[in-house]
Amino acid sequence: MRKTLIGLAALAAAALAAPAANAQGTIKIGVILPYSGQFADTGIQLDNGIKLYMKEHGDMVAGKKIEIIRKDVGGIAPDVAKRLAQELIVRDKVDILAGFALTPNALAAGDVSAEAKKFMVVMNAATSIITTKSPYMARTSLTTPQLNETFGAWAATKGGVKKLYTMVSDFGPGHDAEQAFQRGFKDAGGEIVGSVRFPVANPDFSAFVQRAKDLNPEGIYVWIPGGAQPAAIQKALAERGMDSSKIKIFGQGELTIEDALKSTGDTAVGTITVFHYDPNHDSALNRAFVKGMNEMANRNPDIFSVGGYDGMHLIYEALKKTNGNADGEALITAAKGMKWESPRGPVAIDPETRDIIQTVYIRRVEKVDGNLVNVEFDKVENVKDPVKARMKTN
Amino acid sequence: MGPVIGVLFDGFAYGMLLFLLSVGLSVTLGMMNFVNLAHCAFAMLGGYVTVTLINTYQWPFLATLPVAFLAAGAASVLFERVLYRRLYGASDLDQVLLTIGLAFVAVAVAAYVYGTVQQPVRVPAYLRGSVTVAGLTLGTYRLFLVTVALAVTLVLVLALEYTRFGAQVRAAVDNQRMARGLGINVGLVFAITFALGSGLAGLGGALAIEIVGLDPSFAFTYLIYVLIVVSVGGLGSIGGSFAAAALIGISDVAGKYYAPQLGAFLIYLVMIVLLMWRPVGLFGRR
Amino acid sequence: MSIVGAVTEPHAYLRSQTRWRPVELAFWLATLLPYVLFPDYLVLASAIAITALFALSLDLILGYAGIVSLGHAAFFGLGAYTAGLAAKHGWGEPISGLALGGLVAGIVGYGASLIVARFRHLALIMITLGMGLLLEQAANSASWLTGGADGLQGVKMWPIFDVFRFDLYGKTAYGYSLGVLFIVFLVARRLINSPFGLSLRGIRENALRMPALGAPSRAHIRKIYTIAAVIAGFAGALLAQTTETVSLEAFGFQRSADVLVILILGGTGRLYGGLVGAIIFMVARDQFSGNTPQFWYFWIGILLVAVVMFLPNGVLGGLARLGALLRGRAP
Repeated sequence: MRKTLIGLAALAAAALAAPAANAQGTIKIGVILPYSGQFADTGIQLDNGIKLYMKEHGDMVAGKKIEIIRKDVGGIAPDVAKRLAQELIVRDKVDILAGFALTPNALAAGDVSAEAKKFMVVMNAATSIITTKSPYMARTSLTTPQLNETFGAWAATKGGVKKLYTMVSDFGPGHDAEQAFQRGFKDAGGEIVGSVRFPVANPDFSAFVQRAKDLNPEGIYVWIPGGAQPAAIQKALAERGMDSSKIKIFGQGELTIEDALKSTGDTAVGTITVFHYDPNHDSALNRAFVKGMNEMANRNPDIFSVGGYDGMHLIYEALKKTNGNADGEALITAAKGMKWESPRGPVAIDPETRDIIQTVYIRRVEKVDGNLVNVEFDKVENVKDPVKARMKTN
Repeated sequence: MGPVIGVLFDGFAYGMLLFLLSVGLSVTLGMMNFVNLAHCAFAMLGGYVTVTLINTYQWPFLATLPVAFLAAGAASVLFERVLYRRLYGASDLDQVLLTIGLAFVAVAVAAYVYGTVQQPVRVPAYLRGSVTVAGLTLGTYRLFLVTVALAVTLVLVLALEYTRFGAQVRAAVDNQRMARGLGINVGLVFAITFALGSGLAGLGGALAIEIVGLDPSFAFTYLIYVLIVVSVGGLGSIGGSFAAAALIGISDVAGKYYAPQLGAFLIYLVMIVLLMWRPVGLFGRR
Repeated sequence: MSIVGAVTEPHAYLRSQTRWRPVELAFWLATLLPYVLFPDYLVLASAIAITALFALSLDLILGYAGIVSLGHAAFFGLGAYTAGLAAKHGWGEPISGLALGGLVAGIVGYGASLIVARFRHLALIMITLGMGLLLEQAANSASWLTGGADGLQGVKMWPIFDVFRFDLYGKTAYGYSLGVLFIVFLVARRLINSPFGLSLRGIRENALRMPALGAPSRAHIRKIYTIAAVIAGFAGALLAQTTETVSLEAFGFQRSADVLVILILGGTGRLYGGLVGAIIFMVARDQFSGNTPQFWYFWIGILLVAVVMFLPNGVLGGLARLGALLRGRAP
């Protein structure tokens, strides 16, 4: 027991000594992400976006040195996220909180941002209400309704289907997507003939696909988190003969994410998805972004990377505007209304909601030079988060 | 009628996947009472071996399966000799701590070597899609999975019943002390069984990734399912594992088909009810 | 486990166990050190105290009654959601919220104990695991009540005794968590060193023989299981109150497995095992993940393997044995 205590004291003392050397000209950014566990890849790709931005733009802004302190939250764990945010501010004296791949974690850390009056940039988590948690918070990723309500309306009009079956993961983000898509779809005159929610931990989709097939709808809409499941459900659909050659398949971009397309095979061709970024987006800026990421991390960027990249851009530009003043109030004022060209296209921070305004792309899986890629063939520009727009009018 | 049989078949195929992943653990747990929570790490190793051979060395899928088996088996021998054997007499809690620790290390090593990205898994064209048999549409890969699982079961049962080694294994499972007294080298028998069990996990991992995907969290994600099959089947029983896996697989898929709102509950409910009915498992003796 | 040392008369043995040893006093005094030495680490210290309380609760059933549970987070989660819901719906008073959390966890724990007491071994482990996972799914399904996967929103706590506000530095949180831990520890210590505690240890060693000695195994197991559930509920309520967050993970398998690892790491059946395990595990995790956020669990894994290899029966078990070896010839 005594041994342990002495060891602990030594350990803690060593850790305590480190942040003492806090130079005047440094701005610290605390990044909270899942670097381990089920969502590790999300965290790591997002972090790659942060790293790439700093590699390209250096670590000096407005005469200050930018220092990143990374913390692993390990998965969905709001209590840990909140504690890490508190520790970053209290122990490491960070000026800005950033990262946040998962909604519950972002919501919990939002309280800390509000209380400590620290600028906070949400670089992925997509539930609409997150930004209402702290007046010092901005988001550079997406909101689920932003994509899916737009997509629902698109599917009922230009998509040319009137009767759809929806399949979503049975947890918060899936429910949001289901609600938003159905709302957009019905408002535009479509009809939902049935819906199902599958458990979050679900290795085998055959039963759910069979259910959809029994109803013989014109098309199906799928929302599924990234990871192993997109490929799994695509394979299950193909196995049941429900591929895009026979039925229209719609979904949010995770369904046809690059890694999944490597596993699915040609049956995915024709699947129509909605997303805000794809590495194949055609612009000079994106080509440079993809090239830079491949040089640095040896893989393509994805939506998480672009969220991190744009998040850093927002922080850098806001700091330039405030002349290096990292005060929460100053930074959020600087961030409001900021517009820039991102690898995904033109984006802006809504001055009213501090949420992102961006172009929503409709893409189709096609075979280009022997590889399956998502080809953008339609888009809706300047989309705001519809939920907060309604909150305002009510 | 069509969907019923289709659902039964899908569930059975899913069950066979669970069977291949868990039968090795059932045997080693039953024989040495050794709690090996790193079992799925060996399955993950098999998965990564297959993925590497296919994607980097362009091996045909089928040829990678024996390699996945051998690699997982060989790795397990190493760990058995160096670490596990020291804890055969120790409390199961220490065994839990050791093997959880090893699983942590395995996940970290996999993330370090392969990254956290989902590995692309593509089986050859002749295993994709579906075939229609007597008006029923059955997934080709699922048929393949069922075939492999049945073959493995057959080989295991025959080997256990009709070979000298099998008799030694049965003796060691039934009464270790007596087996030792009869001059059976229980330590060696166990080492071989352990290697076979882990090898089967490796094979199961290689076969599973087409359906469930592969990333470093594999070592923990499927641990719960494996434990469910092992406990419901009864320790040390191949037939028990087979029956339990089939039952769990079918009830899971059927439950999700007929009552999707209960989908997430069903597998645990079935397990609890079965265990309350038969605490030692379907075919367990202790 | 040498229960019978030089003393053979049970009451004398129990009395000898209730005496406070200097090292215990040193330990509890040391828990106050963070306020003076590491004021920046109070938030972590609070989380450690809560985990320690949870591990202590598991120790009561695992270390003293031999019930291995992989679903202990069920009660943690119940406590957390009860306290969180009370605060959300306008009752943010911490102490009564804490009591309520313990009460709800205890009621469900008593119900569960009727099942649990009938099983042993693997079936017991898997039934506890299954019940935990079922509760987690139920909480996910009841998203109108629990907020589902987004977690419970709008938890706002009042200051403790109307004075101590929960602050960013964790001063109140740590004091509160530590206070609860200490009080519960005193009760648990008293409980374990009572005839009831002694018969529990008897059940752990041989569940069939104890009834023959006049100690009804199942009734005892039901009692201790309910008590452990209450304590786990306290721990969950503490986490909900000090962080003002509750999420489905409170019920999760991960939490159940982590606390089991923490307890085994520290050493079971020693009351202090869970406390020491929580300190080692969480400080190690904090340090490792600070240095390598991506691969910290590699080092945790190595730590666990090393403890098993060099300090069997957990850190405290190993140290006790080392101590005995050093003193030489000791019992």
